[in-house]
Amino acid sequence: MATKYLQRYSDGERMNHWVIALLFLATGLSGLAFFHPGLFFLSALFGGGVWARILHPFMGVAMVLGFLGMFLRLWRENLMNEADKEWRRHSMDMLRGDKSRMPPVGKYNAGQKGVFWLMSLCLLLLLVTGFMFWQPWFANSFPILVRRIAVVVHAASAVALILGVIMHVYAAIWVKGTVRAMTRGTVSEAWAKQNHALWHKEMSGK
Amino acid sequence: MSSLQSLDIAKRSATTTPSPQARHSNVEVAKLIDVSSCIGCKACQVACMQWNELRDEVGENHGTYDNPRDLTPQSWTVMRYSEVEVEQNKLEWLIRKDGCMHCEDPGCLKSCPAPGAIVKYTNGIVDFISEHCIGCGNCVTGCPFDVPRISQADSKAYKCSLCSDRVGVGLEPACVKACPTGAIRFGAKEDMLDYGAERVVDLKERGYGNAGVYDPQGVGGTHVVYVLQHADKPELYHGLPADPRISPWVSLWKGAAKPLAVAAMLGAVVAGFFHYMKVGPVETKEDADEKADA
Repeated sequence: MATKYLQRYSDGERMNHWVIALLFLATGLSGLAFFHPGLFFLSALFGGGVWARILHPFMGVAMVLGFLGMFLRLWRENLMNEADKEWRRHSMDMLRGDKSRMPPVGKYNAGQKGVFWLMSLCLLLLLVTGFMFWQPWFANSFPILVRRIAVVVHAASAVALILGVIMHVYAAIWVKGTVRAMTRGTVSEAWAKQNHALWHKEMSGK
Repeated sequence: MSSLQSLDIAKRSATTTPSPQARHSNVEVAKLIDVSSCIGCKACQVACMQWNELRDEVGENHGTYDNPRDLTPQSWTVMRYSEVEVEQNKLEWLIRKDGCMHCEDPGCLKSCPAPGAIVKYTNGIVDFISEHCIGCGNCVTGCPFDVPRISQADSKAYKCSLCSDRVGVGLEPACVKACPTGAIRFGAKEDMLDYGAERVVDLKERGYGNAGVYDPQGVGGTHVVYVLQHADKPELYHGLPADPRISPWVSLWKGAAKPLAVAAMLGAVVAGFFHYMKVGPVETKEDADEKADA
């Protein structure tokens, strides 16, 4: 019997996602170059330290703009509801490999929603604090103490964002059949029924 | 400013391994600025411009003697003129030559992400090696004295080098050579502190009971030290900080945060790897579902 597929993401959503992903990679690698001396070699990927410094904020702003598009498409579906509490209560069971007690979820489970809001918050903080020490245009408009706090918040938000992305990518690799949602736009019906039962019901009308 | 130097390097920005340590003959140096002997002639500013080939833009008169009004990428030292009344009806004109203090524990060097863009020589001079500078402005964030300035022309950071190029060949800094009253002196830090102590005794005899040497220990001491008439109130001298130290925000950012964040990020990847190997993937049970449907 041929596998049936359900449309999970439109072409626009998928391209939007991958634009953000590529910009995240470039912004993240150039930012890490400044964060730790042991990672300064990453600046070579961008043409050296000076170019990494020049490019990093532009790529970061582009990433935030890209994410804004994603945010506007998806924020409603990521609002937490009562059912998510139940999911969170059993999330440790799932990590241990026992899915039997997981409640049926809609398009996104509580973990995915958490990652969505974590990324939204981190990117907002990165954007705001980034302007505060963006040389040579904006930094001089802010008092030095504000810049000192901004660099710490910027670094902490970046680390939180990277941890969020690691979770996001791992979840996609861990739950088989997920990656094609972003590479092809579709998921198998069986995948939907197993991992997002309520969404499956909604999509298939069953 | 320059990497053409014959001085040994003690500390190097964004470098996690030790500097070469075989030679250890260097004496720590210091510039002593005796504010009580300064007449505000600005010969030091001119000498600095002349030696370093710097030409700032001609500014405007703002009704004070301060000119230019602030440190700039082309003015590595400026005279700060403060009119104060420590005692009522006794006007004092305090003139402080401002510029890099050459901290023993430099906040600029701690903040700098570019390997070797800021160095501290074994003699204590803190120098910017401008061709390695990436123009990020972290040194401005790190400095407790608000000294480095980023050039709009070339996006490099600049500040007083304590004439490391002159000191390296046995000359004193240009400002010291030009000072007509002997208010600026240069030598071994120990000798400068001894000389400063003599000046303090003299000032105390002349009625400045709170005279003292400014060598702030919060940054490990500095290689530019002041003799102040009112050492109990350094803020009188155009806001010279009473207890400068590297900001706790900078210490957190360039201290604990670095290893913790790297450990967290690497840890997350390693944890994911082992989770996959232990628990295994969540597979879609295609057959079971189809049977259930049937």
